[in-house]
Amino acid sequence: MANENSVKIIDAKSLEFSALNDIIRESGDCVIENALGQRFIAAGMSYRSIKIKGTPGNALGAYLNGGTVEVFGNAQDAVGDTMNDGRIIVHGSIGDAAGYAMRGGSIYVKTDAGYRAGIHMKAYRDKIPVMVIGGRTGSFLGEYQAGGVIIVLGLHTDGKPIVGNFPCTGMHGGKLYLRSDCKNVAFPKQVTAKKADESDVAEISGYIKTYCELFGADYDALTDSEFTVVTPDSKNPYKQMYVQN
Amino acid sequence: MQEYPNNLAREGEIRIPSGCAISAAISRTGRKFSGEGIIGSMIPMHDRSNGLGGGFAAYGIYPDYKDYYALHVFYDDNSCRTDCEKFLFEHFEIVRSEIIPTRKMPEITDCPLIWRYFAVPEHNRLMASQLTPDEFVARCVTRVNAEIRGSYVFSSGKNMGAFKAVGFPEDVGRFYKLDEYEAYLWTAHGRYPTNTPGWWGGAHPFALLNYSIVHNGEISSYDANRRFIEMFGYKCTLQTDTEVITYIADYLLRKQGLTLEETASVIAAPFWSTIEKKPPEEAEKLRFLRTVYSSLLVTGPFSIVLGFEGGMMALNDRLKLRSMVVGERDDMVYVASEEAAIRVMEPELDRLYAPAGGEPVIVRVKEEM
Repeated sequence: MANENSVKIIDAKSLEFSALNDIIRESGDCVIENALGQRFIAAGMSYRSIKIKGTPGNALGAYLNGGTVEVFGNAQDAVGDTMNDGRIIVHGSIGDAAGYAMRGGSIYVKTDAGYRAGIHMKAYRDKIPVMVIGGRTGSFLGEYQAGGVIIVLGLHTDGKPIVGNFPCTGMHGGKLYLRSDCKNVAFPKQVTAKKADESDVAEISGYIKTYCELFGADYDALTDSEFTVVTPDSKNPYKQMYVQN
Repeated sequence: MQEYPNNLAREGEIRIPSGCAISAAISRTGRKFSGEGIIGSMIPMHDRSNGLGGGFAAYGIYPDYKDYYALHVFYDDNSCRTDCEKFLFEHFEIVRSEIIPTRKMPEITDCPLIWRYFAVPEHNRLMASQLTPDEFVARCVTRVNAEIRGSYVFSSGKNMGAFKAVGFPEDVGRFYKLDEYEAYLWTAHGRYPTNTPGWWGGAHPFALLNYSIVHNGEISSYDANRRFIEMFGYKCTLQTDTEVITYIADYLLRKQGLTLEETASVIAAPFWSTIEKKPPEEAEKLRFLRTVYSSLLVTGPFSIVLGFEGGMMALNDRLKLRSMVVGERDDMVYVASEEAAIRVMEPELDRLYAPAGGEPVIVRVKEEM
C-alpha cells in the first residue's frame, strides 16, 4: 500500500483499463498521465484525489463514492454514471449521458455536455446530486430527472442554442436552471418553466461560486443574468396511472 | 424447466462491455496517407468489439487501375472460386486477378480464399443489357452474392476497396497489410455482433460500387427497410442489418439522384415537431422526403460513416443513441465513436465537436482524385 499522503504519478500509456484501475486502487492520491480511452477510471472508488491528463474513457467515475476526480481535457460518455458522492471536475467538455442516474455528489464541466445530461438523476433526503455545465448541452437534457439540480450557464460562444431539443422530457423531480430567457426552448407540458427569482438564484449561488473558482468565470456577471428555472408540476405525475398509491 | 450447465456464466454474472466502434480519417486536400493511423485509432476502442468482426475501407488505393472496378471476393473454397470465376469471366473483361496479400497471424483464423479482380463489364454483354456500367456491375454483384454458392463480392468500387475479416479490427488491419496502402480516406469498424452471426461476410464495411458503410448500432427498422429496398433489385444476403444502409445509400444517391443532405434527411428524418419549426420552404422539402421515402427511415441507434468517391458523410440517428465525435486539424477531418481514437491519429486538434443527432457531417476532397 502506497503512502496515502504521497501523490503517485501513473503513466497510463498503453495500459489496458483494468490494469490501470488496479494500479489506481493500490495507490492513494494520484496523477494519471497519457490517459487514452481507458474506461471506468475511478469507478466505485472513494477518498482519493485523482487528476487525469489526456482523454479518459467512458464511464469515468461511475459509482464514485467520494473524493475528487479532475480531468485536464475532455471526458467521453457516461461520466459519473450512478455516482453516489464526491466530485468530478472536467476542464473541457463531456460526452453523452453524463450523470446517468447519479444520486449524490457533483459534476462540474467547464464547457459543453452532449445528449441526455443528467438523465434520471435522483435525490433522497440529504443526497442531492448537482451538475453544473458551463457551456451548452445537447438534446434531452434532464430526461426523466427525478431529483437533484442541473445548472447550464450558456457560456459557449459558437452561437448555438443553450440546449437542444426536448429538454426535461419525463421530468418528475428536482430543479433545472438555464442561464437564458429560454424564449426559443420548447418544454414539455408536465413542467413549469419560469423566470428564476432571487430566492431561486440564491439556492444555486454556492454552485455557481464553485464553478467560478474552478474555471475562473465572473461570478457577479453570471448571477446578475436572467435564469429560467424548470420544475415538474407534480412530484408524482404517475400517481394513479397503475394503482392508488 | 431449462437446466443451465454449471460452467456457463448466466446473465448478470458476466459483463461484455462492447458496442461496436467506428473511425474515419480524410484529407480535404486529397493527400494520401497509410493505414497505420486508422489501425492505431481502433486500439483504445478495443473493448467495444468482441473479436467477431473488423474491417476498413480505403479510397484512392488503386491509382494504376483507377478506371477498373476492383472486385474483392471471398470464396469458401476453390470449387466455389471455379464456379464464380466462370461467371466473372463471362461478364467482365479482367485485366488483373490475384490473391489479396495477407499476413499469416494467429489472431486471424478460418480464412476464406480472398481474391481481387480489376475488371470492366464485358463489352457485348454491357451493350446487350442496355445498362450503365455501374448498374451492370451492381447487378452482377447481387447475382454472385445471392446465387453463387460460397462466393461473396464484398467490394466493387473503383480506386477503392473494403478489407474485412473475423477478428479484432487492429488485427484485421495488420492481416491485410493496410500499412502498405495509401488512401485519402480511410474508414474502420470494430464489430460486436448483437443479433446475427460473426462471419467474414458480415463484418463491416458493407460496400457496393463506390459506396461503403461502417455502422455502430442496431437497426430497428431493418425489415421494413429491407422489404422496400428489395423491390428495386437489391438482395440482402449477408445476414446483418448494416447491409441495407449501403443499398439505401446507393438507391437514394445513385438511382434517385438525391444530395447527401437529402439522403441524411431520409434515413435520419427529423421529427414532425422539428420540421414544423423550420422555415416554410425547408419544411415543405422535409415533409416531401419523409412522405415519399417513409420506408427508408432508419430507426434505432446508429452512428455511420458513408464513404464515397471523393468524400465521406458521418451521421447519427436523430435521437443520437450512439456516440460520435468529429475532430479537425489542418487538412484532416477525423470521426470516431470516441475522442480517444481521434487523439491517437492526431493528439493536437484545431477543433473537436459532437454533431447533433441527424446532423450530417459531409467532407469532400477539394480536387477530384
